[in-house]
Amino acid sequence: MSTAVQSHDPHPAVEPSYLVSKRGLMSWLVTVDHKRLGLMYLASVMFFFLIAGILAIALRTELFTPDQDFMSAQTYNQVFTLHGAIMVFLFIIPSVPAALGNFLLPLMLGAKDVAFPRLNLLSFYVYSVAAVFLIVAILTSGLDTGWTFYTPYSTSTGTAVITATTGVFIAGFSSILTGLNFVVTVHKMRAPGMNWNRMPLFVWAIYSTAVIQVLATPVLAITLLLLIIERSLGIGIFDPAMGGDPVLFQHFFWFYSHPAVYIMILPGFGIISEIITVHSRKHIFGYKAIALSSVAIAVISFVVWGHHLFVSGQSELAGVLFSFLTFAVGVPTAIKVFSWVATLYKGSIQYNTACWYGMAFLWTFTVGGLTGLPLSTLAIDVHLHDTYFVVAHFHYVMVGGTVVAFIGGLHHWWPKMTGKMFNETAGKIGCLLVFIGFNVTFMTQFFLGHQGMPRRYYAYLPEYQTMHQVSTIGSWILAAGLLWTLIYLLHSLFKGEKAPSNPWGGVTLEWATQSPPIEHNFHETPHVHGSPYDFPEIDKSAGGHH
Amino acid sequence: MSNEHAHAPAHDDDEHNPHLAHHFDTMGQQTASAKLGMWLFLATEILMFSGLFLAYFILRMLYPEMVLEAHEHLSKWAGGINTVVLLTSSYTMALGVRSIQLGDVKKLRLMLVLTILCGCIFMVVKYFEYSAKFEHGMLPGKYYSAHLHGYEIDGLPHIFFGVYFMMTGLHGIHVAIGLAIMLWMFVRAGRGEFGAKNYVAIENTGLYWHLVDLIWIFLFPLLYLVK
Repeated sequence: MSTAVQSHDPHPAVEPSYLVSKRGLMSWLVTVDHKRLGLMYLASVMFFFLIAGILAIALRTELFTPDQDFMSAQTYNQVFTLHGAIMVFLFIIPSVPAALGNFLLPLMLGAKDVAFPRLNLLSFYVYSVAAVFLIVAILTSGLDTGWTFYTPYSTSTGTAVITATTGVFIAGFSSILTGLNFVVTVHKMRAPGMNWNRMPLFVWAIYSTAVIQVLATPVLAITLLLLIIERSLGIGIFDPAMGGDPVLFQHFFWFYSHPAVYIMILPGFGIISEIITVHSRKHIFGYKAIALSSVAIAVISFVVWGHHLFVSGQSELAGVLFSFLTFAVGVPTAIKVFSWVATLYKGSIQYNTACWYGMAFLWTFTVGGLTGLPLSTLAIDVHLHDTYFVVAHFHYVMVGGTVVAFIGGLHHWWPKMTGKMFNETAGKIGCLLVFIGFNVTFMTQFFLGHQGMPRRYYAYLPEYQTMHQVSTIGSWILAAGLLWTLIYLLHSLFKGEKAPSNPWGGVTLEWATQSPPIEHNFHETPHVHGSPYDFPEIDKSAGGHH
Repeated sequence: MSNEHAHAPAHDDDEHNPHLAHHFDTMGQQTASAKLGMWLFLATEILMFSGLFLAYFILRMLYPEMVLEAHEHLSKWAGGINTVVLLTSSYTMALGVRSIQLGDVKKLRLMLVLTILCGCIFMVVKYFEYSAKFEHGMLPGKYYSAHLHGYEIDGLPHIFFGVYFMMTGLHGIHVAIGLAIMLWMFVRAGRGEFGAKNYVAIENTGLYWHLVDLIWIFLFPLLYLVK
């Protein structure tokens, strides 16, 4: 059992932490403290993760047998749509940036708060209003278009498309406001001495994400507005009968939604960079390469949207270009993965729960990334398009990548956020269950998709049954792992040991203040003199894994 | 360790500036943040409108003759007057920003009133334009009924009017929001909240208003002056 390296807290807790500095419900509801807002986001995204997770389990359970079990085709359509829409717009997009990012960004920069604290609060309430719209859509007539809202179906179905898209439209503004706030924070709020080459890699990742949020989300806003107008006034812009073009909607939608995929994964990369270097007690390999590859991914992400339209009738030339550009994403991504592995090499690795998640990420994300290559190959994509292969690839990147990184980050910064230590053994059991459950669920789906199982079907041919059952059982293991994690983390809030200010021996600025931090983060403005990954000599007597 | 604690240097009179928020060290930092935030916001606005501009170009590429014929039914006079009015309002807005930089609150308030006046003229002209379109049945999509009012336009003119109303409508909403913001700035200026050293809110309002103007400068030729 590993015990953490404990460093001396330069300032014994004399001031109350941000959790107790002000009391009462109102002090939370109108707070402009980035740390409290981070926690409020965390609670919200976790709630929606739970809801959308329950929907996922319902889907997998329905698929246990080839025939209809307890869901009609229509119900199944609604359930997978809600699973996707809630996961994407209310969980993954805000998960790392709005929850962990809000909490950590000012701390890592040595600032007292984000640049616009009141805008930050507004952004939270905008998100809440968006959530209300989506919930109203669920409770009224549901939504059965898939999370992509493709026309012409979305303009003709009888379900609550307008309510739901209004919700997503509003959620977009929350995302824009958060992104704008973060970009300005990184530019203007860095502590004295922290130049761009001394910023933690998590900050680089959040910064790249924020740039995409600011530049891509407005296009989603206008797309959804056009869809709403199309549905209500019938302006015909996406309707071929009236002279419009349904493929135009796909172009519009993916111009946002492909960069949005990187909004979801880039912050995960940032977390992994922090976890790998801190828990291997070794300076990150290729700091600049990792930092700039985040920016490169952000740039390339804007010119690959056409790979979603390989079979939608776009020109062959466009297909070839988009295919080539999509391959190009592999380069900066591989630079990251190789740098992480090189960081681990000869490191003094402490096998903590957070580190386990980091290792799990390296496996699952790499599988997810590599399976993107066949999909970006034109000829192969014609076969694999709209099959379970795509479903598996997407989940390997989004769940195996982002969610695994998010949970790893949650463990890494849990002591800082809550001031409590969780049980390491419980953490490792949880990680193992999540890792096994995840791989069993989605590895199977690569084979299903390759054999031709189309996505979004509530019933299927009997020959697919065995693999569907394996996948469903895997989803139960995954759910058990996540529930287990929820339970011991909540338990630690009440029974956990008090956390030291720097349990893992990190050198970034958030570890320089007490756990949990005081309201204004630091007693004195920190001054930065070097890299955030220069670890002092490892103190063998203090711990590490033996 | 990379992060040693050192005593934060004391800043000049900024420490006591009532306009300095708790989380900033200096007024300079605060002002620069507000400006950068505004420029980013303007970028999001441009990207939002770019979707509509793209829709317009595709429409024009697909049906060049229909667009040419349909646009003849837009009033070049109304569009032209509104262009002049908005350009004038940008000028008065710029003068307002200049006034407050020199500490002249009274002149700022005058300029805000003039700008608001121009914005209102724009909206009134727009109202008459829209009314005419409604009367003639030149409406978006399935509500299009100009042929019943004796206007025969070949092709699919309803889609042109759909895009016309989307673009000018969204722009009109931005004008209305701009008017509300300027009114608010007028009230705040009256309470003495702005001065020669604290005018970033006015400057940002100006930036927003110039963007609204700029978008119109593109809308006018694209919609009214196709030929």
